[in-house]
Amino acid sequence: MNWATIGIIYAKEFRDTLRDRRTLISMIVVPTILMPGVIFGMLTVATKIVTRARAEIPRIMVIGGADSPGVRAELERTAKFRVESASADWKTLISDKKVRAAVEIPPGFEQALRSGSAPAVTLYDYKGELKSGFAVDELQDFFSGLRSRATARLLEEHGLSARIARPFEVSQVNVAPPEKVGGNMFGAVVPYFFIFLCYIGALYPAMDLTAGEKERGTMETLLCCPAARTDIVLGKFLMVLTGSLFAVASSMVSMVITLGVGASALGAGAAAAASHAAMPTVDPLGVLGVLAMILPVAVLFSAALFSISLFAKSLKEAQSYVTPLTFAVIIPVGIGVLPGIELNARLALVPILNVSLVCKEMLSGVWHLGYIAEIFGSMALLAAAALAVAVRMFRSEDVIFRT
Amino acid sequence: MIEATLLTKVFRDKKRGEIRGTDAVSFRAEPGRIYGLLGANGAGKTTTLRLLATLLRPTSGTAVVAGHDIVREPDKVRVNIGFLAASTALYARLTAREMIAYFGGLNGLGGPDLRARITSLADELDMHDFLDRRCDKLSTGMKQKTSIARMLVHDPQVMIFDEPTLGLDVMTARSIVRFVRDCRGRGKTVIYSTHVMSEAEKLCDVIGIIHGGALRAEGTLDELRARTGESDLEDCFVKIVEAESKP
Repeated sequence: MNWATIGIIYAKEFRDTLRDRRTLISMIVVPTILMPGVIFGMLTVATKIVTRARAEIPRIMVIGGADSPGVRAELERTAKFRVESASADWKTLISDKKVRAAVEIPPGFEQALRSGSAPAVTLYDYKGELKSGFAVDELQDFFSGLRSRATARLLEEHGLSARIARPFEVSQVNVAPPEKVGGNMFGAVVPYFFIFLCYIGALYPAMDLTAGEKERGTMETLLCCPAARTDIVLGKFLMVLTGSLFAVASSMVSMVITLGVGASALGAGAAAAASHAAMPTVDPLGVLGVLAMILPVAVLFSAALFSISLFAKSLKEAQSYVTPLTFAVIIPVGIGVLPGIELNARLALVPILNVSLVCKEMLSGVWHLGYIAEIFGSMALLAAAALAVAVRMFRSEDVIFRT
Repeated sequence: MIEATLLTKVFRDKKRGEIRGTDAVSFRAEPGRIYGLLGANGAGKTTTLRLLATLLRPTSGTAVVAGHDIVREPDKVRVNIGFLAASTALYARLTAREMIAYFGGLNGLGGPDLRARITSLADELDMHDFLDRRCDKLSTGMKQKTSIARMLVHDPQVMIFDEPTLGLDVMTARSIVRFVRDCRGRGKTVIYSTHVMSEAEKLCDVIGIIHGGALRAEGTLDELRARTGESDLEDCFVKIVEAESKP
């Protein structure tokens, strides 16, 4: 190995890559824009949808209840609903989202309520639909209020205190520091982007420096120079790795800036509208942990993409070979984002998914050192193996002069 | 000096089985002489030259190029050769100067020596007008000059040309031919492959006729004429190839 030669090759590839618009886009532009785009985009859209849904006064239908005018009148008095009598097609109207929910008041409800044994009230909603859900929540509130008042009145009639039915209250206080709360929601998504960008950043340089060179006829020019094959691979590989790390670094910088600017810009207004949509904060130590964990992943992706594209004769061919690998990366990383998927001994063995999960943990302030060491070690081994394959392939004339 | 001994390259193809790209080829190319490798497309010219340039490893046999064995010391062989083929392209996003400097660097040159070398090459090849233009913006002739400068930057003893005039217009092709003659004048060992009879006739001191991977005949133009009884090289070529093809 001759570091001077590797340096010359790396420097040339670096300069060459900086002049290639396509690669620059995937290496710097996309990662820089993606993060703020996702953070702001998702948050504003989510905030808007929720705020609008909450602001709507839902239209609901009352089925039956002709002999319970008091309940209906009370429902109308709350001003939280637009109350209508049910038409025959009320179910279709709910499905069509013209009506948010319906409530069926059984015959003789009010009468029976006075004696303390009324039949059940049934609520109809459209499960999974946000606005229908809000309407039903309000209805639940209304009827539990009605029940409390009925209980209180019954107890009073029997000369008992209303406190009997509610001997204690339950209150709920959040003790997690803000970064933990942020980490839980945000932390699931951040590793996903970093791992994916780490892949995207390596993608174009890998194809351009291998299949691209073959296609443009410069590979043969390069191979007849005295540089040892191993030096050429390493110089090129380092450039691919640079692409990968550049992408991660760009997105990391842009994320920090977005969070900094966003915290003050998004500020009070939006935060007050929906408190959970406030700018997430991320534990810096967690971010460092993620960065360290990404390093072997970047080596692995760079070497794997390098080897696969090296086999191809043209950029087009390389693209079609790389597509399955893209899925092999997106899917495990995506699974890691799903809520409820936690790192365990078995999942720690699944490459990529384990990285996604351990990063999620580190960002939410959980440090399982055993898993961290195991995952880092196994990824480093895989990365070394992939690099060895790349070097081997580059030395094979069947790969380089494939016809 | 190039000395090939029973140089053989077998390719394995899934559909066609074993293909002998180069089959027991032996020849000698001397300094100050142009050795022409004449053959049709697919005759084995490119494979032979790629073996000499150590881009491929021979299946059996070997060659000594500029005093180094191509199998045992491929890196040392590459220090001493300049290789130019129709398929050795330039880096489109580098300038002509950067291109030459890159290959100078890979050949161990650097600093003021390299800069002086680039200036003298640019003088010699009249490249100053476009030295700092990107290679993808150069005309075909300028590209050829840049390729030649790339090939010459480390002043190699042995020059290998694989159909360098393929696809070039007359004027550019002529300047290449002139350059190849210059190399001979400077005492370089030159090996030149072509399928163009007139080029071989004009340029080569010794002509080897290659067909089906094997060297069928070798000699000066006059020797080939005498051997076949034909005066035209094309007729000589056809006679040799057809004679050998018949059982």
